Amino acid sequence: MNFRIVLKTLGILLHCEAGAMLPSLAVAVYYRGSDIKAFAVTILLLMICGTLLVLIKPKVKEMYARDGFAIVGLGWLLISVFGALPFYLSGAIPTAIDSFFESVSGFTTTGATILRQVENLPRGILFWRSFTHWIGGMGVLVLTLAILPSVGARTLHIMKAESPGPAPGKLVPRVGQTAKILYKMYALLTAVLVILLLLAGMPLYDSLVHAFGTAGTGGFSIKNTSIGAYNNVYVDVIITVFMLVFGVNFSVYYLIMKGNLKPALKNGELWLYLGIAATSTILIAINIHGSVFDSAGQSLRHAAFQVASILTTTGYSTTDFNQWPEFSKMILLVLMLIGGCAGSTAGGIKNIRILILAKTIKREMIRIVHPKAVHTIKVDGKTVDEEIVSGIMTFYFAFTAIFTVSVILVSLDGKDMVTTISSVATAIGNVGPGLGMVGPMGNFADYSVFSKLVLCFCMIVGRLEIFPVLLLFAPRFWKKVSI
Amino acid sequence: MKILIIGDGKLGYSLAENLSKENNDVTIIDKDTEALKKAEESLDVMCIRGNGVSVKTLLEAGVDRADLLIAAMASDELNMVCCLAGKKLGAARTVARIRDHEYASELSLLKERVGLDMVINPEQAVADEIARIFRYPSAVDVENFSRGKVDMVGIRVTPNTPVVGLKLRDLPKKAAGSILICAVVRNDEVIIPNGDFKIEDGDVVYVIGKPSNVYGLYKYMGQDTHKAKNVMMVGGGRIAYYLTNLFNGMGIKVKIIENDRARCQELSELLPDTLIIHGDGTEDELLKSENISEMDGFISITGRDEDNLISALLAKQYGVDTVVTKVTRMNYYPIMKTLQLDHVVSPKLITANIILRYIRSLKNARGSRIEALHRIIGGQAEIVEFIANDSSNYLDKPLKTINFARGSLIAAIVRNNTIIIPHGEDVIKKDDRVIVATKNRNIFDLKQLVSIGG
Repeated sequence: MNFRIVLKTLGILLHCEAGAMLPSLAVAVYYRGSDIKAFAVTILLLMICGTLLVLIKPKVKEMYARDGFAIVGLGWLLISVFGALPFYLSGAIPTAIDSFFESVSGFTTTGATILRQVENLPRGILFWRSFTHWIGGMGVLVLTLAILPSVGARTLHIMKAESPGPAPGKLVPRVGQTAKILYKMYALLTAVLVILLLLAGMPLYDSLVHAFGTAGTGGFSIKNTSIGAYNNVYVDVIITVFMLVFGVNFSVYYLIMKGNLKPALKNGELWLYLGIAATSTILIAINIHGSVFDSAGQSLRHAAFQVASILTTTGYSTTDFNQWPEFSKMILLVLMLIGGCAGSTAGGIKNIRILILAKTIKREMIRIVHPKAVHTIKVDGKTVDEEIVSGIMTFYFAFTAIFTVSVILVSLDGKDMVTTISSVATAIGNVGPGLGMVGPMGNFADYSVFSKLVLCFCMIVGRLEIFPVLLLFAPRFWKKVSI
Repeated sequence: MKILIIGDGKLGYSLAENLSKENNDVTIIDKDTEALKKAEESLDVMCIRGNGVSVKTLLEAGVDRADLLIAAMASDELNMVCCLAGKKLGAARTVARIRDHEYASELSLLKERVGLDMVINPEQAVADEIARIFRYPSAVDVENFSRGKVDMVGIRVTPNTPVVGLKLRDLPKKAAGSILICAVVRNDEVIIPNGDFKIEDGDVVYVIGKPSNVYGLYKYMGQDTHKAKNVMMVGGGRIAYYLTNLFNGMGIKVKIIENDRARCQELSELLPDTLIIHGDGTEDELLKSENISEMDGFISITGRDEDNLISALLAKQYGVDTVVTKVTRMNYYPIMKTLQLDHVVSPKLITANIILRYIRSLKNARGSRIEALHRIIGGQAEIVEFIANDSSNYLDKPLKTINFARGSLIAAIVRNNTIIIPHGEDVIKKDDRVIVATKNRNIFDLKQLVSIGG
């Protein structure tokens, strides 16, 4: 491990976080909230720590895969800790562990909260809470790569470790350029969303905060009853559509932007994702029609919003779906684990992995019937590398293993089965609300410190897709000379 | 600049490496996943797997928006077809590697018909390089600028050279009056010297100036100036063929040792006046029986780096004056230095230099054009030749009033066939050819050197 370059890069990352906190400070100053000092102190601390790290001179400038993973794994822990400071220092969240939980939940775009009441918090704090979604969604390190003037070849390892999906690639030849394009498209789509929300009648501050939550597929709201508080059809429809939009692989938008409509629409993952969304919406709409809502329109509106919100792992709600029939809740629980597309801001296992896993099942059956058959797995007409296929299977096993162990650990708290299982599912899928006590109207405040830590771990594992975090616990990863 | 490289072999990879470092958007196409994986992991380039001749793949790689397409696949024909397709699909310029000498004579036709903007023949380039070395047999490095009007020679300073311990400004006027020492390599580091620089034993000094003057200093420094007459080559590949033709023109007699019978036959048909010997060039006995110790020059150019090294060491041991070794793998470079093998040529590096020069001059179509580029030890410093034009703000000003970037030096100015070794009072005029030695890489305009200093 090249510790010097890892630490130096982390220093740059802290500087970036300081920069990302400036808008929140500005909001705090604008509203003359009690949180100005908390932001100022945090930014100062970030600058000092960042500068100390940046001053380190690496002996070897080459960066290898393991350094990239270390930067991402450690980087996320660091930014979560520093991101928690404003909550703690301003007194908005009294305990350190709760602040950390809230910060992790923000950056990983989960949106699970330990706050019982959010509406009376300072405006700056609420803004920061949602802003963490926005930068966490596309990736804090991708942001760093986009801002840095010169980005070396090896930084691709950082991007690969942070971006979701089995084989994250580049849009254009240069890593730095790719990061810039991603953030430009991201900012543009967010801006469109803000304007639409304004037109729908939402105040500017609320529009910004909810646009950040939607874009990052996060789910923090500034209302206790989430989007339901506005009770506005237009807002519901706009957010439903945009949640789905941000759950799509951004390379699709890049292709559309370049005018290559055909290859963009020939994306198998996209259709699987939209298919899952449509089917679930219809099934749930039929299920809740009559039992929860009387009109077909109402059923469809809420079913579509909830499906989009859970599938893209956003976690907004327009109604308390905890009161829905078991069938609908079961579908939502499954959607929590599936998640959005690779290369999007959504969490979960990702549709592309489901697609490839389904194809391996088919291949296995062909192999049994024709033992000598040679069969390559193809997606969008392109052969999927065997390494990627086995990587996906390993990922799937690791995902379920961590899920299972976490459920057992969280069950020590003695909550009921639905609450325990759904809270882990919602954390590892980066969704936000679960079912039972942690449903859309509930929160995570009642969990013990230990369970909160387990859930924090799950959230980061879910966001970084397991290995960058898991590697931090592997002794061989840390050895300077690894044999 | 958007550059498409088809073929991720040795040349493709090293081009991609150099070009991506010079801020170009590079996309590589190859069929081999393993090769692409290496490029993907260590270079800032985009890799696409596929057949580089297929229109679909080319379009996927964005050939229609590419400024340059370089075809560097193994086969000449594929490269030509690829360039043809690329040009039709909208690539602004195409470069093909064509190495078969049968095509070499038809180049102008090919260039026109296939729409090639540049043809690169690495073996021919290597042969040119080796021939240049033989004009200054004991020089370390030789390059010429302004179409042969200016020579640059790297000379290793030995304890009995009369210039050891002298400051550059104290060099005798007679020998060093109209030349300039534009760069010095000391302990593998390049220094751009000024007048107070003191020459020490073991330095390699790069002398630039008019060929006759450079030759004068070369002689003054006690270098071996007797012309090579008999040269032995080990390895009868394409380089040997091109080189033999060049040597024939220079009046040098050539003996080629090749261990493939069929190739020997072929060579004897192609080169009727040359002695072809069938045998193993690393075999001591054979070299002795072919009286290696009587040779003025020895060139090892087989396909295997290891064989080349061994033969070269043998030749060195038998006291051959000029020993040239070809290496393909760059990792052997440091070893070569410790083995005191001064003349090492790398086809990859030579080819990459030629293409880099071409690309930089393309980039700079509006500014002062790059005419020639020579890189010293792995590109630590570059000697670049520009043509000054209107777009520059330094014209007609005495050089001493211009601030130049650190680590840069104007080595020579060529104006209407006369060579000026510049002093503070000299000026740069429009259409002058200006030769600059600089440690700043990626210079593609004279202006850059002027503005960096500020």
